[in-house]
Amino acid sequence: MTRVQMTVDGQACDDDVEPRLLLVHYLRDVLGKTGTNVGCDTSNCGACTVHLDGDSVKSCTVLTVQADGAEVATIEGLAQPPTDGDATSGWHPLQKAFHAEHGLQCGYCTPGMIMSSMDLLGRNPSPSEEDVRHGLEGNLCRCTGYVNIVRSVLRAAAELRGETVGDADEGGIGEADVVSDPEHEEQLENLEVAP
Amino acid sequence: MTALDAPTTDAVVGVTKLRKEDAHLVTGRTRWTDNVQLPGLLHVALVRSPMAHARVTDVDVSAALEQPGVVAAYTGADLVEHWSGGLPCAWPVTEDMRSPVHLPIATDEVRHVGDAVAVVVARTRYQAADATEFVVVDYEPLPVVTDMEAALADGADLADSTLDSNECFTWPMVNGDIDAAFDGAAHVVTRRFVNQRLIPTAIEPRAVVCAPPRDQREFTMWSATQIPHILRLMLALTCGVPEHELRVIAPDVGGGFGSKLNVYAEEAICLVLAKLLDQPVKWTESRTEGYVATIHGRDQVQDLSIALDEDGRIRGLKAKLLADMGAYLQLVTPGVPLLGAFMFNAIYKMDALSFECTGVFTNKTPTDAYRGAGRPEATYAIERLIDEAAHEIGMEPFELRERNWIKHEEFPYETIAGITYDSGNYEAATARAKEMFDYDGLRAEQARRRESGDKVQLGIGISTFTEMCGLAPSRVLGSLSYGAGGWEHASVRMLATGKVEVVTGTSPHGQGHVTAWSQIAAQALGVPYEDVEVRHGDTAVAHKGMDTYGSRSLVVGGYAVQVACDKVVAKAKRVAAHMLEASEDDLEFDRGTFSVRGSPDASRTIQDVALAVFAAHDYPEDMEPSLDSDATVDPENFSYPHGTHLAAVEVDTETGMVHLRDYVAVDDVGKVINPQIVEGQVHGGLAQGIAQALFEEAVYDAEGNLVTGSLVDYYVPSAADLPTFRTDRTETPATSNPLGVKGVGEAGTIASTPAIMNAVVDALRPMGINDVPMPASPRNVWETIQSAAPPVGGDKASGATNGGAA
Ligand code: FES
Ligand code: FES
Repeated sequence: MTRVQMTVDGQACDDDVEPRLLLVHYLRDVLGKTGTNVGCDTSNCGACTVHLDGDSVKSCTVLTVQADGAEVATIEGLAQPPTDGDATSGWHPLQKAFHAEHGLQCGYCTPGMIMSSMDLLGRNPSPSEEDVRHGLEGNLCRCTGYVNIVRSVLRAAAELRGETVGDADEGGIGEADVVSDPEHEEQLENLEVAP
Repeated sequence: MTALDAPTTDAVVGVTKLRKEDAHLVTGRTRWTDNVQLPGLLHVALVRSPMAHARVTDVDVSAALEQPGVVAAYTGADLVEHWSGGLPCAWPVTEDMRSPVHLPIATDEVRHVGDAVAVVVARTRYQAADATEFVVVDYEPLPVVTDMEAALADGADLADSTLDSNECFTWPMVNGDIDAAFDGAAHVVTRRFVNQRLIPTAIEPRAVVCAPPRDQREFTMWSATQIPHILRLMLALTCGVPEHELRVIAPDVGGGFGSKLNVYAEEAICLVLAKLLDQPVKWTESRTEGYVATIHGRDQVQDLSIALDEDGRIRGLKAKLLADMGAYLQLVTPGVPLLGAFMFNAIYKMDALSFECTGVFTNKTPTDAYRGAGRPEATYAIERLIDEAAHEIGMEPFELRERNWIKHEEFPYETIAGITYDSGNYEAATARAKEMFDYDGLRAEQARRRESGDKVQLGIGISTFTEMCGLAPSRVLGSLSYGAGGWEHASVRMLATGKVEVVTGTSPHGQGHVTAWSQIAAQALGVPYEDVEVRHGDTAVAHKGMDTYGSRSLVVGGYAVQVACDKVVAKAKRVAAHMLEASEDDLEFDRGTFSVRGSPDASRTIQDVALAVFAAHDYPEDMEPSLDSDATVDPENFSYPHGTHLAAVEVDTETGMVHLRDYVAVDDVGKVINPQIVEGQVHGGLAQGIAQALFEEAVYDAEGNLVTGSLVDYYVPSAADLPTFRTDRTETPATSNPLGVKGVGEAGTIASTPAIMNAVVDALRPMGINDVPMPASPRNVWETIQSAAPPVGGDKASGATNGGAA
């Protein structure tokens, strides 16, 4: 057992751990900080991404003892307390943007996506779509097809630059372009609904 | 209500509402199964076979029991008395189907790499994993079966020594006079397509926690599952725990795509261990473990022939499939190719259709439903074949399609497969897609590049798809020998304060049911969207349900919510009439308010009525003091979303690299509840279908080892691999449900694979190439180019040499 001390989301932690304990398991199983997820065992998916002294790392590839003395930031520490009655008001612009742009479906990749994106925007406050796509290469999402994740990051970037952001992008699927079959509409209205 | 979710007084159905689900997911306050911590929780690890097929002659767990923290260890033989007959297959597609016994832990024979042979229980995750190394298993190798055609040959080695053949079943269907259709046809085009094996890869690995009864009488199981209700029933039948003493909870579930639509060994094992040890247990798969222990998808070899008249009219289609079952039958393994049987004719009219599918056992991980389940395979085959036919008879591929597709005015249309498409407008979706894509402009560019011999060739791919989803009319499922119905349940509770609880039998894992069902209920009841809460995924809360798969949730489950709400309104109307001393017939209901026609001041809101019914001081004599209502709906038909997808790819003929330059998807999913969620479903579906076309393949070697056994070798695309898709929709309402909606979860996956592959082949067609194996990886494309004979007259586009493939 080795003694480690670190700050996690602003709280001091001090524990005896096995030298082989992965940081992600320390966070999840020892500290109970289950906001950070595990999606693989080959450091491919990025679900476990946290910040270690300000840089994003895959916490499944860091030993807890390597984080001794470090500042660890996870998704759980990202939101500030609400500034008004609105629960989302304290959210980080990335959290707001993922919500506004539907940048998550199941949400399992989301903590990692947000932590990686934060690192990306720290390095490049005005990324192009291509920059975002390449910057998030180490984070896999199986649900969204990435389109709305990219939109989310670009939206957050704009907000962080102090620009005003508008309504969420519905993409092409808002109003349908061709609404057909008045006779079907009628059929629909007259439909017998089985109880 | 938040600043981001500004309230609106307008319609709540058909407009984007930001998801109610997001708040806990973006802040890390999640409830994944692996998050569950309980006092005394023990950790489970499985010992898995490294051999694809072997006799197990000895399993010795004694050394494992000596390891630190180990509480128990069992062999398959130790536990065999606890499961009656093994894991269930709910779809015996034929009466004589061969169905091997599938024990959660093998006793004397392992049949695929990853088959469990022993289980270890310890106090920590790491201790359990360590101790598995100390279980000693003696294996005697048996012949390994990996190739379906070889498996069916006379005297073939057997994938399962208890069976007399590797043939699981053969299921035929013939409609129309197929011989007449082919006799004397002007054109017959024959092709073989291979639909490769895929690994679903939901980003949350599977996990199970099971707690034994303590104060309560019931076992509680948390599982990363799509099907808490089916799981409860099946585990009760398998593990001898009475159904009413088992509660199954699907908490936050991180994607499924069919991979969590199953009853898995680990779920049965955790239930039995909790019973034996009287302590809670947890199992969480590692990704690498999941790649051999969680179902795979697809894996078909398809032989097709299409017969056409001189002018391109389709006369008939023959489809003969081999479908790899893997080593065992999981929940719906043999039924998956049958779901495709009705889709080979797709949007086309024809005189005859013959279909025959043979399921084959191999020593591989079982296959089962993966996003689309049978329909992507069928759609791939027919949409590729139509392009091949168009090429062979020298017709523009859109022209051939339009000549044969069901015309807008012909709906409802009974297809040659014997099912009735309720509505559709292929003309409208196609026109819109061509316009967005600049189809004519791209064809002109393609001609220029062909002419100039550009080393990067442009390919244009078309997919005019439909699919059948919304599983499903129970009677139809019964006629296909499926073991259950396809109904769905909802209940709606009006609380005293006018707030609403919707309880649904669907079990979302990313689809946004909480938001969409809130929209449906808010609209139907005329209450604020914010006043609706949706409860799901716990058999103690939502006691009845058929869960989530097959793009069924909205078209069946949303339909049930609508019907339950209508019943609430009908009851509330009677009470309102009583309160207003008016006749029910004189009442109007608009946006939550009952008013007497002609005297708008005489009115009661639905919330007033809810409170009055709660107090129950004064309500109509002949009714119960309750507005709460239940609905169990059984759809009369499937749902038939359709659309036209177009892909433009650039293929580097020197490197084989395929670049997806543009993708246009115009879908018709009928009415839409929440456009943003629908678009998200389309995006995610497209990514998975494109991944099959360009990136993914589960590869086994001849010894039955999964070569692509981790995310390092199995290429799940990242954001850098995909473009921004361009989407639009047309709207032809479904007539099979009162919402007019169709399923959308699988449409993108079904449509996109053939669109991409048609584009890749189109790019290479001048080189005499008429098929490229999936995935169209640089290697597969390059090898195809190398082995293609240069067309007569030389091939300036590629400079390819013949016979270069290894
Ligand atoms: S869990 Fe760390 S990269 Fe996948
Ligand atoms: S939202 Fe499900 S994996 Fe990204």
